[in-house]
Amino acid sequence: MSVVVTGACETCPAYHSAALKKLGLNVENFDYVVALAGNPNTGKSTVFNALTGLRQHVGNWPGKTVARAEGGFAYEGKNYKLVDLPGTYSLLSTSTDEEIARDFILFGQPSVTVVVVDATRLERNLNLALQILEITDRVVVALNLMDEARRHGLKVDDRHLARELGVPVVPMAARRGQGIPELLDAVAQVAAGRFVTRPHRIHQRDARLEQAVENLVAALNQEFPGLPNARWVALRLLDGDASIEQAVRDRTLGDLTRGQSVLPAPVSDRIPLEVAS
Amino acid sequence: MTGSDVLKTAAQLRAELGADYHDKLMEAIYTDASKIADRSVSHDGTRARLTFDRALDRALTHPVWGFAVMGLMFFGVFWLTITGSNVPSSMLADLLLGRVYGALHNLAAALSAPAWLSGLLIDGVYMATAWVVSVMLPPMAIFFPLFTLLEDFGYLPRVAFNLDRLFAAAGAHGKQSLTMMMGFGCNAAGVVATRIIDSPRERLIAILTNNFSICNGRWPTLILMGTIFIGASAPPVLASAAAATSVVTVAVVGILVALAVSWGLSKTWLKGAPSVYSLELPPYRPPQILKTLYTSVIDRTLIVLWRAVMMAAPAGAVIWLTSNITIGDASIAGHMVNLLNPLGLLLGLNGIILVAYIVAIPANEIIIPTILMLTLTLGGSQMAQAGVMLELEDAQTYTVLTQLGGWTLLTAINLMLFSLLHNPCSTTLLTIWRETRSRRWTLVSALLPLALGFTVTFITATLARLFGWA
Repeated sequence: MSVVVTGACETCPAYHSAALKKLGLNVENFDYVVALAGNPNTGKSTVFNALTGLRQHVGNWPGKTVARAEGGFAYEGKNYKLVDLPGTYSLLSTSTDEEIARDFILFGQPSVTVVVVDATRLERNLNLALQILEITDRVVVALNLMDEARRHGLKVDDRHLARELGVPVVPMAARRGQGIPELLDAVAQVAAGRFVTRPHRIHQRDARLEQAVENLVAALNQEFPGLPNARWVALRLLDGDASIEQAVRDRTLGDLTRGQSVLPAPVSDRIPLEVAS
Repeated sequence: MTGSDVLKTAAQLRAELGADYHDKLMEAIYTDASKIADRSVSHDGTRARLTFDRALDRALTHPVWGFAVMGLMFFGVFWLTITGSNVPSSMLADLLLGRVYGALHNLAAALSAPAWLSGLLIDGVYMATAWVVSVMLPPMAIFFPLFTLLEDFGYLPRVAFNLDRLFAAAGAHGKQSLTMMMGFGCNAAGVVATRIIDSPRERLIAILTNNFSICNGRWPTLILMGTIFIGASAPPVLASAAAATSVVTVAVVGILVALAVSWGLSKTWLKGAPSVYSLELPPYRPPQILKTLYTSVIDRTLIVLWRAVMMAAPAGAVIWLTSNITIGDASIAGHMVNLLNPLGLLLGLNGIILVAYIVAIPANEIIIPTILMLTLTLGGSQMAQAGVMLELEDAQTYTVLTQLGGWTLLTAINLMLFSLLHNPCSTTLLTIWRETRSRRWTLVSALLPLALGFTVTFITATLARLFGWA
């Protein structure tokens, strides 16, 4: 085996971004699925457009994207399907837009979930990022709106943040196209398993609660061996989440252990609106 | 162990943990998030931008000034749209309805094409399409970029914030104002946007009232009526201001009707208290002007125009056929118009307008071309036969409608009101059905505005006649 000397150019993400091919709506034969999640109005659609070359409508208000949008891109010889999820503040309540995001991250089993966070409102954005880290290990945090943070006199230490969260953190200003090459690189590494994440887990201070979660995780592992997100499923079951209970009952949850995507039909086809009159 | 055993274990543990489990979990998440954020962020004390944002917000969301700015802003947008589109609209009409139309007929004559064929293709399909393009393209090419710039800047959530109290008072969700704003573009999009509302009750109210936001397809009708009937009756200096005011007035009436209907629904069929929610006011961002112009012209304007053209072309053929195939003593369109005329006149409209609204169920964009074509052909006018539609600019349109169609100011005003208050287009109805999966609510969403439209126009017509205005 020969020693390969890599020059500075080859290790620079900008070098590789030349390898980005925007595939627009063409999402056939993809190697990886990448989900874009994040709070409303953090620039998910802007990142989506930058990567796919599509022109999803971008607007400066929360709640603009209410359905999943899909597009594709190729990077370093691999094809990626990118899914833009509706912006949500949390994955713990039950509005339709949150359910779309939650179901996709849990049941769609994306290879990588990119959490777009607003650098100017880090604390609130981390609430969602931490919840996503409970569901999946394969996360890249896109620390967007760094330009705005600078204008507001905020300094965000992305390296410290990466250490705390245990996943790659990419500082970006997506509107100006800054950070896109670095993001692509991080996504490719996590997707291929070259970067092994060590995600932060939520710290339960209540011993009784922690015990309950552990008991339930044990029961879940027995029933669905190899379930990748047993801990999160346990947390949701303790909260009485009806759709997760349903997935346990009809055993669709079991499919997750076999690595199958069990995404339900597009949400537009199954919104129940039974209002008693 | 089976799935139901897991659920049993969960239920048991849940009972042991007590009701504050959810809060404890949230607390754990919040604590971690705040710790991490604290250690990662530092600031250097310059917060100039924030104070600017705050000052702007204080003005734009002020209980009094907020509404004043809102009114001015929307008036400005429509005034620019109306004044800006006058010249290009008449240039397009001159070209498409004048020269190209004439050239096509000459070509047909040279090829000695049969009269029914050139009639169907040129007077039917081509005319309707050309009309839609020349009436719709200029206003949309101005309106969309302006609206998108406001959106890009971050103004829309402030409007939602201002209107929130009104919606809460009507028993509806504050986010309904955001979905209504989407409706100003397209009602089908507005209906899909109601997904941001969690409560099914409030979501249904938002769906049923979205139609009261005037969509793209209806702006051209309002703008044309405002320009040739209301603007023209004002002194020339104030003409476009008067036209813009009339259009804004109809839009505001739409918002008031939406509030009133929401209130009515939340007191009767859809009883309940408005739910609490938080609305984030995003930072103001300098709009990306060139990008906005590009995307709103290419993506929105052309797509909407394309849809209109796709609808207008077959509609043009249908209109031409119905007004040229005769049964007994009159054409099919003639029979329909005669049948609906008594009702139309009672409502201060006429039979032609009602027939146009039936033809235009797939797309409201073709209302005006349908009305004009029917007025010209059924009026048995020398103009239509002589092809005077050649240069149907605003002034000629006015002449055709008043002299041939017998229109008055009342007809124009009631058409504007009926344009606001009638059934949603078929695309929107289909979307409502897909989102609610309920035939009953889809039917309600079609019939409720129609009933309102009949009632309101009947009242204005009756009043106008009582006071001798019409």
